[in-house]
Amino acid sequence: MPSTKFQLTMGRATREAYGDALLALGRENRDIVAIDADLAKSTFSWTFGKHFPERFFNIGIQEANMAGIATGLASSGKIPFISSFAAFVLCKGFDQLRMGAAYPQLNVKVAGSHGGISIGEDGVSQQSVEDVALACALPHFIVCVPSDEHAMRAAVFAAARHDGPVYLRLGRPKAPVIHEPDLSFVFGKAIRIRDGDRLTIVANGLLVGQALLAADALAERDIEARVLDMHTVKPLDHDALESAARETGALVVAEEHLHYGGLGSAVALSLAQHTPAPVEVVNLGDQYAESGKPDDLMRKYRLTSAAIVDAAERVIART
Amino acid sequence: MTAVEPDTVQELETIARRLRRHAIRMIAGANSGHPGGSLSAAEIVTALYFGGILRHDPARPDWPDRDRFILSKGHGVPILYAALAERGYFPVDELMTLRQVDSRLQGHPVQGMTPGIEASTGSLGQGLSIGIGHAIAGRLDGKLFRTWVVLGDGECQEGQVWEAAMAAANYELDTLTAIVDWNRYQLDGAVEDIQSLVPFPDKWAAFGWNVLEIDGHDMAAVLQALTTASQHRGQPTCIIATTVKGKGVSFMEHNNEFHGKAPTGEQLEVALTQLAE
Repeated sequence: MPSTKFQLTMGRATREAYGDALLALGRENRDIVAIDADLAKSTFSWTFGKHFPERFFNIGIQEANMAGIATGLASSGKIPFISSFAAFVLCKGFDQLRMGAAYPQLNVKVAGSHGGISIGEDGVSQQSVEDVALACALPHFIVCVPSDEHAMRAAVFAAARHDGPVYLRLGRPKAPVIHEPDLSFVFGKAIRIRDGDRLTIVANGLLVGQALLAADALAERDIEARVLDMHTVKPLDHDALESAARETGALVVAEEHLHYGGLGSAVALSLAQHTPAPVEVVNLGDQYAESGKPDDLMRKYRLTSAAIVDAAERVIART
Repeated sequence: MTAVEPDTVQELETIARRLRRHAIRMIAGANSGHPGGSLSAAEIVTALYFGGILRHDPARPDWPDRDRFILSKGHGVPILYAALAERGYFPVDELMTLRQVDSRLQGHPVQGMTPGIEASTGSLGQGLSIGIGHAIAGRLDGKLFRTWVVLGDGECQEGQVWEAAMAAANYELDTLTAIVDWNRYQLDGAVEDIQSLVPFPDKWAAFGWNVLEIDGHDMAAVLQALTTASQHRGQPTCIIATTVKGKGVSFMEHNNEFHGKAPTGEQLEVALTQLAE
């Protein structure tokens, strides 16, 4: 059992790590091409763009066209990384990703930044809370929500190595450091960050940090929680969930997403098919949020360690 | 510019009639499909695949230096399947499997399934963007291949077409050619009545394209325009080909009933007679 408490140390935003990783990738692979839709300075694709202007295209505010161009680039042997706010690239480019990336299984990488409500003040139009559901609906897509800068860097490199479409969700605010820089990262393999025997907290993105804080709070009451960073929603790590269900008996799933179609849905389906166990969820529910400071929003919409603790108590009561 | 030999034109017209017969037979056999927009594009497809315009090798559909052909108006794919089969991408016998279970010839084009098909289309408005991606990749790799995209006129009501038109001109993609099959009808009726595109050539010109207007059934004019487009520098070219929906079959011409309806057995016989060599 862990002897030291989780120290919430803020690292860089995952979007910033995305830009750095893309630049590093571009240095070693000439086939990497990046396109952005007028948000290059927000998604940090500009980090790549300023070093490789000939391989960077700021297409303007044209998400559908961007996704279509990626199809042509991938078909002619390039590895396009397209980026914008998650809300725009997936909602406005969805048909193009369906016909031009998912169906032909092309090597198109999609980076959706400003995922979740933690983008804050800009409000609902910019807050992507359904991107994971949309991306998971696309056959052949890998769907990944890294929790910190190190996981994001590893995910970008893994995306480039993978031959097929990948969706990466990037976050706007600084993210707490969860992993070591040299973490072992494989799509579809959850990372066990903490062990426990009474329940398992399954989380991704910013909620991984909250899960660790929740686990410490629970430990003070002698409730030891396992924490899994389930960075990949598709393909899901069924083995890790099966072990969690058998060994800990109950699960809480925490994510910055709507209730339907996200990690919670995926975990519940997996457990129902393989190893039934009680599940409680911490998510946005079936609603949109509003403008506000990121921390205020996360508190108001209960995407916090306190909400995870409450869910843990509810799920343990059901065992 | 090279003048087109009359013999060549006559030969190509014969091929176009053969492709039309294939398309009508396939659609009748499947009892489903889109005859009108297949027939209107016959000369365009014939000129590209048989008139020495498209640089390609049926034995090597993945040849990196091949020209790319994208049928953005995917519902017209029977005429393309016919051309690909006649060029040897797959057996001509396979044409009659169109739209059947386990066939490689899907109702709309599918990349990676049918040799020679470069893009999955059928959701209108997407092909020109895909063409831009190919053209940019070619430029980055220093390759000389060209990219040809055939669009429907109704399809140009899609906003994405104009996103792509803007970008292609700004990137000066002179290896990219759009050919609009201006057959004046879409599923629900006349394009002019539903959502007019007029003034159409002006729109492309305003977006920065080199614009050519031709009779899309005049084989010599089609060949000439495709050649002109491939020699034009600094801008992409848009060829607006005025065509007749259902061209070549009297009862299908200008009859939008045959936008997406198969002919009966009896109608097929009449059509084949009219399209005989």
